[in-house]
Amino acid sequence: MKYVDEYRNREIAERLIKRIWETCHRRVTLMEVCGTHTVAIHRNGIPGLLPEQITLISGPGCPVCVTAISDIDCSIALSEKEGVIIATFGDLLRVPGSETSLLKQRSLGADIRIVYSAYDAFSLAQQHPDRQVVFLGVGFETTAPTVAAVIRRAREAGLNNFSVLSMHKVLPPALLALVTSPQVKIDGFICPGHVSTIIGTGLYQKVAEEFHIPCVVTGFEPVDVLQAIALLVEQIERGEARVAIQYRRAVSPEGNLKARSMMEEVFEPCDSNWRGFGVLPQSGLKLKADYAQCDAERIYDIPPLKSQEPPGCICGDILRGIKRPPDCSLFKKLCTPDNPVGACMVSSEGTCAAYYQFSGVNIA
Amino acid sequence: MKQDIRGKGTITLDHGGGGRAYRELIHTYFLPRFANPYLEKMDDSAVVEIPQGRVAMTTDCYVVDPIFFPGGNIGSLAVCGTVNDLSVQGAQPLFFSTGFILEEGFSLNDLENVLIAMEEACREAGITIVTGDTKVVPKGKADKIFINTTGIGVIQPGVDISGNNAKAGDKIILSGTMGDHGMAILSQREGLAFDTTLKSDVAPLNHLVRQCLTMSREIHVMRDPTRGGVAAALNEIALQSNVGIRINEAAIPVKEEVRAACEVLGLDPLYVANEGKLLMFVSPGDAPRVLEEMRKDRYGKGAQIIGEVIPDHRGRVIMATAMGGTRIIDMPLGEQLPRIC
Repeated sequence: MKYVDEYRNREIAERLIKRIWETCHRRVTLMEVCGTHTVAIHRNGIPGLLPEQITLISGPGCPVCVTAISDIDCSIALSEKEGVIIATFGDLLRVPGSETSLLKQRSLGADIRIVYSAYDAFSLAQQHPDRQVVFLGVGFETTAPTVAAVIRRAREAGLNNFSVLSMHKVLPPALLALVTSPQVKIDGFICPGHVSTIIGTGLYQKVAEEFHIPCVVTGFEPVDVLQAIALLVEQIERGEARVAIQYRRAVSPEGNLKARSMMEEVFEPCDSNWRGFGVLPQSGLKLKADYAQCDAERIYDIPPLKSQEPPGCICGDILRGIKRPPDCSLFKKLCTPDNPVGACMVSSEGTCAAYYQFSGVNIA
Repeated sequence: MKQDIRGKGTITLDHGGGGRAYRELIHTYFLPRFANPYLEKMDDSAVVEIPQGRVAMTTDCYVVDPIFFPGGNIGSLAVCGTVNDLSVQGAQPLFFSTGFILEEGFSLNDLENVLIAMEEACREAGITIVTGDTKVVPKGKADKIFINTTGIGVIQPGVDISGNNAKAGDKIILSGTMGDHGMAILSQREGLAFDTTLKSDVAPLNHLVRQCLTMSREIHVMRDPTRGGVAAALNEIALQSNVGIRINEAAIPVKEEVRAACEVLGLDPLYVANEGKLLMFVSPGDAPRVLEEMRKDRYGKGAQIIGEVIPDHRGRVIMATAMGGTRIIDMPLGEQLPRIC
C-alpha cells in the first residue's frame, strides 16, 4: 500500500530507534494527544523498543473518551423518543451512561443505526421521511467540518427530519488546560496529525513559546511515531522548544482554511463538559441560530439528567495523563472491554482499551 | 405442476403449511438439487451406513447478511462451514442434514440461487444431504433465509486432532490470506458499500485436509478461523492447550485489498472472519512437508508458516510486530465496531 508501507519499513524504524537510544540521556515524559497515536504505539509494540527513561502517556484525544457522561445520557434519552432514529458512529454504542448504554437501548428496541459518516445519516433521513433522524455529532476539528457540510446541505435541501446533537469539541482549550495544570508534567507533545491538518500549527507555537514544551505534529504509522520521538528527544536534550511538522505529507502550518470556514459557518464555540477536565470555556461547538432547524438540542425537550460518573473510575486522570491504566483498581478486574466501566475502555482508541488489548503483560 | 410456482415470485405462508404448496416447493426446488436415494425415500428419518471408525458430528446455523456476496452466498457458506468444522477435527465429512427457515415474501429466485450454491458445494466436497426440513415464518419474524446444517464424518484410526493437542515447538501453518470473507461481506453491507474486487474465500477444505493427513501423523491441531478471525482461533487454542503462541506479523499473508479496506475502517485483519482457511499445528519435523503438500491444493496455494508454539506465556498469543516490537493479541470481544476517525 503506497503511503503506508514506506512508513512501516523495519530498517528505517531500526535506524530511528538507534538514534533515540543514542540521544536520550535523561528521563522524559512525552504525551501522545491523539487516541489513534495511542493505538499505533501499542499495536506496533513501540514502548518495548524505547529506552526505559522515556515514558509515553496518553492524552485527551479520543473523542469518545472525552465525551461527558451527561452527553451520553442525553443521547440515550433521545433514543427513547417516539419516531426517532439515532444515527451514530459505532464506537459510541458501548459507552456506559449513568445507567445504560446505546447498545443496551438497541437491544430493548430503540432504533439505533451505525453510520460511517454524517452524510450516511443525511441519506437515512431522506429514506425515512416519516421518521426523525438524529445524528450524534462526536469528534474534534477533524470530524466537525464534514458534519457542518452535511448540516448545510440538509438546510439547502429543506430536509426537516434531520438533526445533529452536537457534542463536538475543539482541541486547543484542552491542550492549554493540560500545560497550565500543575499536576501534569509533560516534556514534549506528540501532536495529533489529523486534527492538525485542519487547525494548522498555531496552537503548538503558543505551547512551545509560552510553556517551553517542544511539539511535533506526527503521522500515524510506526516510522512516523518513532521519528517524532527522536525529534522530541533531540530538542529536549538540547534544551529547545520548537514546533516541527513530522507529518509533512498532510499538514501545513496554516491548516485547512476551507474546512475551518465551513465549520465556522455552521458552528459557534460554546462551553463544553469534558470527561476528566470538567467544563472548559469555549471548548465545544454548537449549531448557530441560523441552523436551529437541524439542532437536536433545540428541537427536543430533554429533561435535566442526573448523570453520575462510575465510582472508582479514574478515566479523568488518565485523560489528563496524570495516571496510567494499571494505576486503576478497576483495570482488568471490574473494567474490561467486555464490561467497560469507563469510556477509556470502550473506544478502540481509548487508552485503557489500548493497554488492555496490546500490552497486557510484560513481554521480554 | 412445476410451472405453478416456479418464477412466480415469493415464499408464502402456504409453503410452510405442510399441504400441497409445501410439497410443490420441496419437489420443485429442493429435491432436484440434492437428489440421492436417502432423500428420495422421503421417510421421517434417513438411514445411512457409516464406515468403521470414530464419528464426528457438528452443527451450525447460518444467518449471514447480506445473503449474496462476492464469491458465494449463504448456501455455499452453510455447506462449506460445516464441512470445514468436520475437516479440522480430522474427519472426512459424509452425511448432512439441513434445515431452512424462510421468511414470508422471500424471493423464490433467490432461494433457487442459494440451493444451486449448496448443490455445487456438496458436489465439490463430496457430501450427501440425507434429510432436511423447511419452515416458513411470517414477514419480519426472520431475515429472508436462515439455514442450519448438521454433518457427520468419520475419523481414520490414528488421527487425533484437537485444540488441546498443541505442543511447544509446533509450527503454525495458515493456509492462505486472512480476512477475505469478512471484508467481502462488509463491502456489501448497507450503509458501508464500497467497491472492491475482493471475494469471499468460502470453500470446502476437506480434500486439502485429507491430503495433509496422508503426509503426516504429527498434525496436532487444526482450526478454521471463522468469526473472530485468526486472533480468536489462536487464543482458543492457547487456552485449550495451555501453551503460549508466538506469531510473526511479517509472515502472515493478507491481501492488499483487505489491508487497505481494514486500514480505512480501522479494523484489524487478524480479527476478520475467514471461511476457506485453516490453521494447522504441526511438529517442526513434519511442518515443511505438510506446508509443501498444502500448497499443492487450490485452497492452500498461499499457505505460510506464521508462528510457533512456545513454552512460556501460557494461554496467551503474542506477536512479533513488523517493527521488531512485541504485542499481545487478545481475544476479540464481539463484533468489531468501526471507529470514528
